[in-house]
Amino acid sequence: MIFFSSLRKELMELVRTSKLIIMLAVMVAFGLASPLMARYTPEILSLIPETAILAEIIPEPTLLDAISQFMENTYQFGFILGILLTMGSFVKEKDLGTASMILVKPISRSTFILAKFLALAISFLVSIIIASLGAYYYSTILFAPPELTAWILMTLVLWLLILVYVALTLAFSTLSGSQALGAGVSFGMMLVFSLLGFLPSLKPFSPTYLMTWAGNQFLNSTLRAGNAVNGWPSLLVSLGIITVSLIISSITLKNQEF
Amino acid sequence: MKSAIYTQSLSKNYGEIKAVDGIDLAVPTGIIFGFLGKNGAGKTTTIRLLAGLAKPSAGEGWVDGESILDGKNLAHKIGYLPEEPAFYGWMTPIEYLDYVGSLFRIPTDERKDRIDKLLNRLGLTKPAKRRIGGFSRGMRQRLGLAQALINKPSVLLLDEPASALDPSGRKEVLDMIVSLRGTHTVFMSTHILADAERVCDRIAIIDRGKILIEAAQPELKSDFSIPVFEIESAPEDQEIFSSWISQLVSEPWVEDVQLTGTVGRVKVTDSDIANQTILPMMVAAGFRLNRYEVVRPSLEDIFLRLVEKEESK
Repeated sequence: MIFFSSLRKELMELVRTSKLIIMLAVMVAFGLASPLMARYTPEILSLIPETAILAEIIPEPTLLDAISQFMENTYQFGFILGILLTMGSFVKEKDLGTASMILVKPISRSTFILAKFLALAISFLVSIIIASLGAYYYSTILFAPPELTAWILMTLVLWLLILVYVALTLAFSTLSGSQALGAGVSFGMMLVFSLLGFLPSLKPFSPTYLMTWAGNQFLNSTLRAGNAVNGWPSLLVSLGIITVSLIISSITLKNQEF
Repeated sequence: MKSAIYTQSLSKNYGEIKAVDGIDLAVPTGIIFGFLGKNGAGKTTTIRLLAGLAKPSAGEGWVDGESILDGKNLAHKIGYLPEEPAFYGWMTPIEYLDYVGSLFRIPTDERKDRIDKLLNRLGLTKPAKRRIGGFSRGMRQRLGLAQALINKPSVLLLDEPASALDPSGRKEVLDMIVSLRGTHTVFMSTHILADAERVCDRIAIIDRGKILIEAAQPELKSDFSIPVFEIESAPEDQEIFSSWISQLVSEPWVEDVQLTGTVGRVKVTDSDIANQTILPMMVAAGFRLNRYEVVRPSLEDIFLRLVEKEESK
C-alpha cells in the first residue's frame, strides 16, 4: 500500500508539473518525424538550389533509414530527458524540505527512491510506446511494414537504455546531493559507453551495444544480411547498472540525515 | 510519571562543533514542553534527533517508549512540524493529507473522516481544494499541524511553530497548541519567550548544545525570583527621588539600581530585608510616591540571566 501510494504521488507529480507532457511531446515529435525525415529529406534537399546536388548523391531512402533515424533520435532525446527529469527528483525534494516531512512517516527510504524511479520508468515507457506506434505507422505508410518482433525489441531496448541514465542520474545525484553533479556524471558515463564502442573486446558489454543488437534484428529480418550480434552481455550489463544504481541510491538515502 | 520523551546524554557533533552536547531530558506525558534557546543553540538539531531525521553521535533517546534509532516504529508515535514546512505545491491539502495518511496505512474511510475533521479544526475547509502552492505562511503552518496530527501521534515535535507568523497567525497556532494539552505531549522549540511563557507547562533552556535548566514554568520563576522593586515618584519630586535611589546601591541587600525618568528598578539580593527596609526609607526621604510594586522576573529575565552567565564562563 505504501509503495503504491508513493508511486501514485510520483506519477501525479509528473502529470501535474507537466513533466509527462514534455516527455510525451518530445518523444512523440521525434518518433513521428524520424520516418518522415528519412523519406522526405532527399526531396526537401532537391527543392533547395544550393543543396540540390546533395539530393542526387543521397541513395534512395529505405525502411532501415527510417528505423535508424528513429533509434538515434529516441536515444539522444531520451537520454537528455532522462537526465534532466531525474536530476532534481530527489535532490530538489531534499533541498526544499518536502523529503524530510515525508521521511519522518513510516515509509522506508528505499520505497521513497524506488517509487521515483518506477514512476519515471512508467512515464518513459508510455512515451516511447506512443512514439514507437507513431513511427511504426508512418514507416509502414512511407516504406513497408517493419518486422513487428524486431520493432518491439527495439522499443524495449531504447526504453532500457534511457532507464540506465535515469538510474545513474538518480544514484549520483543522491550520492553527491547535487543536481549538476548527478547530471554531469551521467553525461560522462554516456561518453564512456560511446568510447567502449571503439574497443572491440569491450564493445559487447556497453549498454549502447543494445542498439546494435536491435538494429541487427532488422537487418536479419529485412535484408537477411545481419551479422551474428549477441546482445545478452550488453543487456545484463544494463540491467546490472540499473540494479546497482538503485541499490546505491537506497543505501545512500538510508545513511543520509535531513 | 511516565516520560513521553526521555534522553540520556544525547549528543550530536558536526566535526568539531557540538550542536547537541549530552542532553538529558525527561518530558512528562500530556504537557506542553518549551525548548528555549537562541538561534543556533541546538534546538532544531535536538528535534531532528528526536524525529529520527538525524543520528546521534552519542547517547540515546526514546519517544513514547520507542528508540529514536528505530525509524519505522518511531514514526507512528510522532507528529513532526519543521520550522518552515514544505509541501508539494501542486497538491491540494486534501491530496497531501490523503497521501500522508496512506503512509500510515489508515483505511480509506477513516482517512477521509480524519482529514475532514482536521481541515475543519484548523480552519482549512474552505481552501481544501486549492493548490498548496498559493498558500500563505499561516495556512502552511496550519496544514503542517494537520499533517503532524493525521496519525494521532502521542508526541508532537514542533520546531518554532509560530516564530515566522504575524500576530494573528501566531495566536491561532498557539491556541491550537494549547488545545492539544492533555491529549498529546507537545515538545516545541522557540526563541520567542513570550510564546513559551504563554503556553508551556515546563521549560528547558538550551545554549550551545547544553541544557542550562529544566523545570516547570512556575517553579522556574520562583527559583529565579530575585524580586525587583519598581518605584515611581511624582514628577515634581524627581530630583529628591533620583538622589535617594542612587544612594541605594551602597546598601548590602541591593544588587543593582536602574533609573529611567521617574521610574526606578531596584534589584535586591534579599527580598525579606528589602521588604522591611524600602518603605520606611522612602518615607524618610520624603518624596511623593506614584507607584510601588514588587515585580516577578519574566521568563525573558531568567533566560537572559542564564544565557549570559553561561556565556561569561
